[in-house]
Amino acid sequence: MGEPPLIQVSALRVGFASRSGRVVEVLRGVDLEVRRGETVGIVGESGSGKSTLLLAAMGYLKRGLRTIEGSARFDGTDLLSLPRHELERIRGRRLALIPQNSGQSLTPNLRIEAQVAEVLRLHGTRPAGQNRERVRELLAQVRLPDPDAIARRYPHELSGGQQQRVAIAMALAGEPEALLLDEPTTGLDVTTQAHVLDLLSDLAAQLGTTMVYVSHDLGAIARVCARVAVMYGGEIVLDGDARRVLVEPAHPYARGLLASIPRLAGGALPAALEGRPPEPGGAGPGCAFADRCALAIDACRTTRPALAARPDGTLARCLRPDAVADLAPRAGARAAPDASTHDRGQALALSRLAVSYARQGLVDQLLGRPAGGPRTVDGIDLALREGEAVALVGESGSGKSTILKAIAGLVPRADGTIALGDGIALAPDVARRGPGELRAVQLVFQNPDESLNPRHDVATILAQPLGLYFGLSGEALRRRSVELLEQVRLGAHYLDRLPAQLSGGEKQRVAIARAFAAAPRVVLCDEVTSALDVSVQAAVLALLDALRRDSGTTFVFVSHDLAVVRAIADRVAVLYQGRICELGPVGAVYASPSHPYTEALMAAVLDPVPGARPRLLADDVQESAPPAQGCPFQRRCHRRVGDICATDAPPAREAGDGHVIRCHIPVEELRALQRAEAPGHGRR
Amino acid sequence: MTRGASRWRGVARSLFSRPSGAIGATLVLAHVALAVASPWIVPYDFKAISAAMILDAPSVAHWLGTDQLGRDVLTRTAMGGRQAIVVTAIATPLAVAWGGILGIWLGLAGGRLDDVLMRVVDAFLSLPWILKMLLIIVTFGAGIGVLVPTLAFFYGIPVIRIARAATHGVVARDYVLAARARGHGRPAIILREILPNVLDALMVEGAMRWSWMLLAFSSLSFLGFGVSPPTPDWGLMIADARSFMAIAPWAGLAPVVALSSLIVGINLAADALAKALGVDRAAAPVH
Repeated sequence: MGEPPLIQVSALRVGFASRSGRVVEVLRGVDLEVRRGETVGIVGESGSGKSTLLLAAMGYLKRGLRTIEGSARFDGTDLLSLPRHELERIRGRRLALIPQNSGQSLTPNLRIEAQVAEVLRLHGTRPAGQNRERVRELLAQVRLPDPDAIARRYPHELSGGQQQRVAIAMALAGEPEALLLDEPTTGLDVTTQAHVLDLLSDLAAQLGTTMVYVSHDLGAIARVCARVAVMYGGEIVLDGDARRVLVEPAHPYARGLLASIPRLAGGALPAALEGRPPEPGGAGPGCAFADRCALAIDACRTTRPALAARPDGTLARCLRPDAVADLAPRAGARAAPDASTHDRGQALALSRLAVSYARQGLVDQLLGRPAGGPRTVDGIDLALREGEAVALVGESGSGKSTILKAIAGLVPRADGTIALGDGIALAPDVARRGPGELRAVQLVFQNPDESLNPRHDVATILAQPLGLYFGLSGEALRRRSVELLEQVRLGAHYLDRLPAQLSGGEKQRVAIARAFAAAPRVVLCDEVTSALDVSVQAAVLALLDALRRDSGTTFVFVSHDLAVVRAIADRVAVLYQGRICELGPVGAVYASPSHPYTEALMAAVLDPVPGARPRLLADDVQESAPPAQGCPFQRRCHRRVGDICATDAPPAREAGDGHVIRCHIPVEELRALQRAEAPGHGRR
Repeated sequence: MTRGASRWRGVARSLFSRPSGAIGATLVLAHVALAVASPWIVPYDFKAISAAMILDAPSVAHWLGTDQLGRDVLTRTAMGGRQAIVVTAIATPLAVAWGGILGIWLGLAGGRLDDVLMRVVDAFLSLPWILKMLLIIVTFGAGIGVLVPTLAFFYGIPVIRIARAATHGVVARDYVLAARARGHGRPAIILREILPNVLDALMVEGAMRWSWMLLAFSSLSFLGFGVSPPTPDWGLMIADARSFMAIAPWAGLAPVVALSSLIVGINLAADALAKALGVDRAAAPVH
């Protein structure tokens, strides 16, 4: 403890003046010390103040924010009171930031070499003559293949993961003592994220760089950080060793947060945290979490707890930390996949569905030929029974959303048929569908900010389908709207609210209510929880599951999150480049992911367990188009057998109980290979 | 629609809390009030001529002096905006309505029709407006019945562009996709999903069009194609007083100040309205 901390934020209060002149505190007295060489993660949900804290640590406050009290010191100097030119000497050279969306922080019209060299000119530690080699050295250090070629490219020629690596290389250029990371892997695919995190944790170990890592993703934090601080309502509520914070947290919020994360190994619905976090400035005199806390006593609402040391070495901001251990782990209430769906009728059938985004050339048009090139989505055969939930899983570009849009009639299909249960074929274009067919298929979008008209209040939003499909108006319309709101656990008082007056979870509930207003047979859900915080996500997942059970509606879920799929779906189809690789009951697929791509995908998933190390099977190259023939995964496959993969489409191999794997290697052989080479595989 | 009402109250409050909005809106409201009330409050008959008082300097009897026919300049200036304000106040909403609806339709529909019509719009905008308007006025005469539709037609054309651009920002949103997926027809999508979101841009555009139209109307009068004597009109008054500018500047100055204060007022108010509504006028194309 002899050495002073490298980063020391003390009693920092940051706020902005609201329209009414009141000061709204975004950070309400934050203390954080980071010693040299430490890796500290800061987790919290949106609005918890974690990004504000990170930026304050480098002496930056967003426009409108100002320091009310406290300091943010770096190596003894308070950055918040430092003049600009002195700040510039520290930032980039001794203290570097890696922002969330690096693709947007790179200049599009400069080659990578020029951008990295620019940082070297400003903050480099070596003579300018060596910049050329140094750029390549840095690119190699962040494990970019062929640094020479990468240096000559423009940002748009790199994949998201590669762009993020370049951003890391630029941050490392000044050989900083500390790296500040703001959600560096959010928005990347699972396999890419695993690679970037692997790199970060190796860099921390090799270079001894101090890291402060802000994320909402406990899994990512667990992978990189040795110490974790949990933020809630603008203050740190728990701070300590990752093994303690992520396993046996001594704060009820941290415990609730952990419980709300769906686990790959679990299978049950995660337990939701009821209520919503306080708005900035909305916390009362007591504990910010008191309103949502199962342990809250009267004192919690009047006394603000201090951050106090616990016997296990962590710091917790709680009046009843000893009671936290007794909090019963509330398991989610989801039964095993409904066996009874087996004998139910068919709800939706896709047969040889294909979609092509390729444009027909003039010659093709004249000759009446279809557009050339491989189709974006091809050969999708999928039959859904009444009340069944099937998930389409894959990384970005896998065509999963395209399939949903084709079912909804928003994207023209190149081939194949889509039929409702009783054999009613759905027209390819939504404009040609009859009222009954329109009503039967409803969509819920990923981002409720986008899918709800900002100028419509909730009553108007719900009136659209109710008026269109059922001709409801007046009192009948109101009664039905309230019924729908109650179905999604919202009250009648929400009717006259605008989307801007709702929280993210509430907006998504309204979007779900709007879909259910049609009394649909099939609901298509496009990443419906990925824009939500984890604790809110758990509640929305529980709601969808309950709605499915009550109404017997069939669900198609599209998701990139394998743990979410595990919690909510009966069957899962793993997609790569618009083709199904593996299809089967959730239990079977997750217990033995057999297709090499499924295997790589599952291995890359991060559970919030300290020390968990995802296995990196396939490389993280993003492919922009499927191969012309053969297996879609051939170029990245770690089990490629030979030319047959490039020439022949893999056969569908049955593994029992409707579990189908499309691979040239027989299922038994695949499983034997996995067992032989991965002794650590038992962790799942 | 209580929520909607409260939004407009907020916008109005924000409009008047800005110096530009307060000054601009006050100028505009004062002009409109004057145009309505002037026949009852002006001190003289606007067409009473007097050979004894030609081009008299401002005095206690004639605060702003008299013109070349001995008419009271104050009276004529106070009443000189009536024609201009009435004509443009009818033509502006018409221009915004037809240009807005067509622009939204094109923005939503896209395709060939959009391509062709937008090139026609470009061609139209490349010709000087005064030529096109003079052609119509010479053919059909200069009554209100001709001026209103003519102004509304020509000033609706640039609105097409604004509405189309604003629509492009909205059609890609998921709520429009959601409405299509539900099976709503195009008119319903325009009316319910798109219009509320481009209305702000159209309102600001309308305010701007109004000031341009006033200028155009006064220019026509100035050239002798608008209001006919002896009805008082700023454009006409400026044209008449132009030759006596050196010996009797008051006769020309009064209508110039009146017209400019209204146009400056509209511009200030439009600017503040854009800020209050959150529309970025700096990013909007100007024609």
